[in-house]
Amino acid sequence: MANDTIKLELEVPGDDFTRAGEASSTVKGMLKKLGFSPNVVRKVAIAMYEGEINMVIHGGGGQITVEISPESGVSMSLVDHGPGIPNIELAMQEGWSTAPDSVRNLGFGAGMGLPNMKKYSDEMEILSEVGVGTTVNMKVHLA
Amino acid sequence: MLTVEQAAKQLGLTVLNGGDGLGREIQTVYSCDLLSFVMGRAPADSAWVTVMGNVNAMAVALLADVACVVLAENAALDADALLRAEQNDIVVLQSGQPVFDTALAIHSLLS
Repeated sequence: MANDTIKLELEVPGDDFTRAGEASSTVKGMLKKLGFSPNVVRKVAIAMYEGEINMVIHGGGGQITVEISPESGVSMSLVDHGPGIPNIELAMQEGWSTAPDSVRNLGFGAGMGLPNMKKYSDEMEILSEVGVGTTVNMKVHLA
Repeated sequence: MLTVEQAAKQLGLTVLNGGDGLGREIQTVYSCDLLSFVMGRAPADSAWVTVMGNVNAMAVALLADVACVVLAENAALDADALLRAEQNDIVVLQSGQPVFDTALAIHSLLS
């Protein structure tokens, strides 16, 4: 049943807050149509949106690859070529943020992005190199 | 059971964007303005009371799957946000009362 897997490639524009969330909304709509449970849909939507916002704020945009499998769940790979994360452990702490005031005025920058992604995904890994970029891989299981 | 439409009518809230979502059931109330907090903590099917009427708030409402957004203090829904709400069937209501009073009034209808 491996050929049942659906693969999506989505572009995230950098520094465009009016379009932030479009990629996550597209995936959410598709998961709903495919009949995934509301809980799985919500977990993917939240985890992916937080990642998308991080890519807009910090990464200058990037690419998201989503693989949807009716058997094993939803895998997301978020890749940017931004400045990278110097200290991932620190970045994972709730409340730690390097977002500028302009972003905070929009309601973001509370230092909850990465913790929310960890909370709503079942598996998560961050690969980051300063000056090169960041890749976040997440998976949401079906059960 | 309390639908979004019932809450709007009983509390005299202005419907800034309606649609099919007016028939959705409100399960609880949540109030916060920091979008990252809302994203991670707003319960699904909640009435989310806030003063954030920007396009990002609409994205959060959609993805966190709240039943409706209630803009307290007559906070404005900007043009981009209204468009996003229309495109995604997000019900947006408006109240002239402060955040706490608005949330409390909806909570009272649920109790």
